[in-house]
Amino acid sequence: MKIAILALQGAFEEHRQMLADLGAEAYFVRNRADWQQQKDGLIIPGGESTVMLKLLKDFELLEPVRESIEKQQLPVFGTCAGLILLDEKHLGTMHIRAKRNAYGRQSGSFHTTGDFNGIERPVSMTFIRAPYIEQVGEGVQVLSEVDGHIVAARQGNQLVTAFHPELTTDTSVHKYFLDMCVN
Amino acid sequence: MENRQTLNRNLAQMLKGGVIMDVTTPEQAKIAEQAGACAVMALERIPADIRAVGGVARMSDPKMIKSIQAAVSIPVMAKCRIGHIVEAQILEAIDIDYIDESEVLTPADDVYHIDKNQFGVPFVCGARDLGEALRRISEGASMIRTKGEPGTGDVVQAVRHLRMMQSEIRRISSIRPDELYEAAKQLQVPYELLSYVHDNGKLPVVNFAAGGVATPADAALMMQLGAEGVFVGSGIFKSGNPEKRAQSIVKAVTNYTDAHTS
Repeated sequence: MKIAILALQGAFEEHRQMLADLGAEAYFVRNRADWQQQKDGLIIPGGESTVMLKLLKDFELLEPVRESIEKQQLPVFGTCAGLILLDEKHLGTMHIRAKRNAYGRQSGSFHTTGDFNGIERPVSMTFIRAPYIEQVGEGVQVLSEVDGHIVAARQGNQLVTAFHPELTTDTSVHKYFLDMCVN
Repeated sequence: MENRQTLNRNLAQMLKGGVIMDVTTPEQAKIAEQAGACAVMALERIPADIRAVGGVARMSDPKMIKSIQAAVSIPVMAKCRIGHIVEAQILEAIDIDYIDESEVLTPADDVYHIDKNQFGVPFVCGARDLGEALRRISEGASMIRTKGEPGTGDVVQAVRHLRMMQSEIRRISSIRPDELYEAAKQLQVPYELLSYVHDNGKLPVVNFAAGGVATPADAALMMQLGAEGVFVGSGIFKSGNPEKRAQSIVKAVTNYTDAHTS
């Protein structure tokens, strides 16, 4: 199992660490040459979505990434900024509408635990200047809600969380994603 | 408060691999955001001008900071003077995302830094070596940057500070655990923090480079030396083409080992 982690900006190292804990191999994608390598899945990490979107365009990665997700059904997992990038206004591969900075500035960042459809035990959730999903469309399964807002969802090969499992010691969501990559 | 401290360190983790740019107006903030800044530092005068003008440099006008907060969606930071508890309280009250307790401004206290553990808002502080970094972290800083020499466009001090910190971290990682007590005494830092450095080979918080980073090549140099991101001050809006300079620095920080992309 080999997972590509988009490493243009943000907390990509934390994802690599988490995958290593689960015994999965990972490599960073910073340009087109990196992207050519074989992969069973892609993680788009947290960071600033504006920065990542700009660099995806600058390094001509936007279309190849979109194509892999849509045409080759490459499993993808977006956390926080990664969720925003997959929404209808950005890459547009997922039928969700993200609300950016939905909890306000850093003073609104918080930690909680919540139920996650498909994972038995409650999941540890860290929200940092996080978004939530304000609307879901066809084919989208809501996996988790916190205070009435959608914070995790799946549409076929695409998984998104508004929170950062990679900042906690709870590997369950990454495990869920690796299961998606196997099938 | 411990939970808050973790969340504040987490925000710095999200900034990694990014460029934090000094801006003095909402227009500049927008240019920075569009160029790919992961955060902006709102201040009235950039360090190069503070140096030129002299006098006392204070926290920026909250109204001006608010206008920048309104202009962009990325995190907004602002500086307070070293030891100026009230400036920090004011910045916290206007809901700033990060406070830089900064030597770029005129110090308000020549002995004490702010007890940052008393605040909910995160702080970034400058450091020249491991001892200084761990003292600031013990006071509650949730992010560290090198001090460098702001406003000069001369990267030599930033390089010196980062190399110093990295080599001290390597040394601490390699000593025997029973030697940590004496090392903590010599560095004048809490044993627990030094022990973390020993076990993990890095600071317990994110470490950026700052102070004299002017060009894309400077930024990539700092990344190759182990910085997790960079602050760029006068280098952008004092250059002939701020937009292009800003974009190039952002790209250089992402692909810092690939000379073709810059």
